Amino acid sequence: MEFAQQLLQYLVSGFSTGAIYALIGLGFAIIYNATGIINFAQGEFVMLGGMLTLFFLNVARFGMIPSIILAILVATLCGVVFNRLAIKPLKKPSPLNLVIITIGGSILMRGLAMLIWDKDTHAVPAFSGSEPLDLAGATILPQHLWIFGITILAIAGNKFFFYYTISGRAMRACSYNSRAASLVGIAVERMVLFSFLLSSALGAVAGIIVAPLTMTSYDVGVMLGLKGFCAAIIGGMSSGIGTVLGGIILGILEALGAGLISSGYKDAIAFIILLLILFVRPQGLFRKAETERV
Amino acid sequence: MLKLKNINTYYGQVHALKTVSMHLNKGEIVTLIGANGAGKTTILNTISGITPPRDGEILFEGEGIVKLPPDRIVRRGVSQVPEGRQVFKPLSVEDNLELGAYLRYRSREGRGEIRKDLEKVYELFPRLLERRKQMAGTLSGGEQQMLAIGRALMAKPRLLLLDEPSMGLAPLVVQEIFRVLEMLRHEHGTTILLVEQNAKAALKLADRGYVLETGKVILEEVASELLENKEVQRAYLGRDKKEIWER
Repeated sequence: MEFAQQLLQYLVSGFSTGAIYALIGLGFAIIYNATGIINFAQGEFVMLGGMLTLFFLNVARFGMIPSIILAILVATLCGVVFNRLAIKPLKKPSPLNLVIITIGGSILMRGLAMLIWDKDTHAVPAFSGSEPLDLAGATILPQHLWIFGITILAIAGNKFFFYYTISGRAMRACSYNSRAASLVGIAVERMVLFSFLLSSALGAVAGIIVAPLTMTSYDVGVMLGLKGFCAAIIGGMSSGIGTVLGGIILGILEALGAGLISSGYKDAIAFIILLLILFVRPQGLFRKAETERV
Repeated sequence: MLKLKNINTYYGQVHALKTVSMHLNKGEIVTLIGANGAGKTTILNTISGITPPRDGEILFEGEGIVKLPPDRIVRRGVSQVPEGRQVFKPLSVEDNLELGAYLRYRSREGRGEIRKDLEKVYELFPRLLERRKQMAGTLSGGEQQMLAIGRALMAKPRLLLLDEPSMGLAPLVVQEIFRVLEMLRHEHGTTILLVEQNAKAALKLADRGYVLETGKVILEEVASELLENKEVQRAYLGRDKKEIWER
């Protein structure tokens, strides 16, 4: 294969993993913006998306589409329950407490998944066959196209929600000034719950669309969650385009690193980027200095 | 319209409001004056449900509102313009105003009605119309204050609580804001509870006033009487002790 074709191949796979990281990262950012919490359990909803789809497909014997819808619903429900049981009862928790609680929740969910299912890695069928398509010498799987399409839809939906609906703007208002938000009649508590709902749904979607490419198991959430976190950090925890770009940059760098240097360094690359960003530009790559007058 | 009965509010161990009782009649402008830390802001936040009282009763239009969360109190018709404006800085001016009508959007009220009220706010404060697409954080202090008041009005409150609307503003802007308050009472019959450092201006506008000291109401009087009250003049209106008592 020629170098140009090879490069194109890396870009294609970089873009698709990047899209996944972006979706997971958005989940981090949405909860962070609504509550100031970094929800380290975010990766588990990604795992739940994939594993539940498989469960509904193989055990309950539903079709592909009902399985996916049910998986998203159940994973979202888990997110809501997690918020109600683990986060909401706390009165004025410290950030450290929250980190420990979300990590604890993550370990619990992973453990339960292992007990309910097993420790094996499972293949999930692709949405529409696995006949590769040819793009200027690089191969694209139909699943890649699904990933691109669904990610773009999810991001556009997200953007529309946060900028053009009153509930979305109310959620942003809560993140900027929660006291003032409650003074205009926004139920801040409900918005927090809603942010968990939205994030777990996005996480589940990410887990479902990536599962046919990477397979799934009870512990895929760990790595995917951390990569999503990394994307959100690159994007400065914005619940918009910043995190999306962060995910794509991360995905492409990983693919290039794996292809040109060594696939053994794939994960290391993500964490080196994470550390660099945190040291050099903790506000993220794209966040403008905020203009305001007092 | 509003009645506070023996309200005690605490911040942790600090006893911030000590058995405070007060009332507002419909259509009245009442002002709270007192030094920093006397508990003026706490009274507003207690009414709004942000710092609920430990005991005592608050009746709004005859119904108890003590146990309600802040958003439910707004729904009843009580809006607060908080100290320091507290606009949503990264959102546009118009978004801020529309969020003021959040509950009306939720209750499926017609967009047309809300739009009309938006136009009315722009009529009150033409400066906001000029800057409607601008981020609220880029407005000047006075404009942010107008925005905060406009945002509260978008909820169509029957009782408006204002916390130091003149703080840090140029005298001309203060005049404009007070003119709007006067107008609100006249044209919409809005009842207003006004907390002010600028006691003189507040007493000129208000019908009645309460004087607070260290969490207690020490005086309740018709505003014009308070303006004449020698002790009030000395403590809050900036007159010299000699000028009043040793002439």
